[in-house]
Amino acid sequence: MRVAVPVFPGSNCDHDALHACGTVMGWDTIPVWHQETRLPENTDLVFVPGGFSYGDYLRCGAIAALAPIMADIKRHADNGGLVLGVCNGFQILCEAHLLPGALLRNESLRFIHADVHLRVERANLPFTRAMKAGEVFQVPIAHAEGNYTLDPAELADLEARGGVAFRYCSSAGEIGADHVPNGAMNGIAGIVNLRGNVLGMMPHPERAMDPKLGATGGLGVFKSLSS
Amino acid sequence: MKVRVSVQLKPGILDPQGKAVEQGLHGFGFEVEHVRIGRLIEMDVPGSDPADVTAKALAMCEKLLVNPVMEKASIEVL
Repeated sequence: MRVAVPVFPGSNCDHDALHACGTVMGWDTIPVWHQETRLPENTDLVFVPGGFSYGDYLRCGAIAALAPIMADIKRHADNGGLVLGVCNGFQILCEAHLLPGALLRNESLRFIHADVHLRVERANLPFTRAMKAGEVFQVPIAHAEGNYTLDPAELADLEARGGVAFRYCSSAGEIGADHVPNGAMNGIAGIVNLRGNVLGMMPHPERAMDPKLGATGGLGVFKSLSS
Repeated sequence: MKVRVSVQLKPGILDPQGKAVEQGLHGFGFEVEHVRIGRLIEMDVPGSDPADVTAKALAMCEKLLVNPVMEKASIEVL
């Protein structure tokens, strides 16, 4: 498995991604500066990391979506290559039109950092195939703009086509507004594109996969990718 | 020509910032409702034909300045 981690000015979870993929999973993991125009040869997965790319100027992810490396990431996705965007990476993928919708300011207006529970809504994806539908896992969130929003007609379409990969839930897997930390529509925490090769999520699985750091809830995503 | 692009959240999109400011204004006793917070972008665009300059600004909105999922814009040539 070869992983490329694009690094933008203001990325701050790039090292979490490099640690998760490189050190924990043992994959060939390569940081790629945003000014590059080509991904490394034979890249299997592009992991767009979290952070505050370009200081969140204009809108979160809007400027990063125009960075030189993005054209090759789009080409990679168009060819069926895997793309995982976490937190700011999810925002960037939405702004780059690789995923539908947008991430607005949290309903509470506050930056939220907390451990949350997610329910697997779709288990047959490259990112979820080591998990079962309905399985609950715990991962951290750390964001101010995670309030997923989509036009009602498109939201219905997203739900109907099984585009929701993960939803916020209680520790027992119950769904409901009480368990949604940021106001996201339908409690959506992560979505996939039509083809199922591009996934964006606000929570950070890469921060919960090393027992030395006290949490392993995110391992399922990475085990799925390696299976 | 000087161009002013006003970017607003679409109706129906929750604006927690607007809500917080509205509550603040209520705290001062102002009678006010539907407070919405947007973004104002000013720039100099080469050209002397307002229609042409507006068309250029519209293209900028479509490419970068506006996210149509949540925002709409109005363009004013000054």
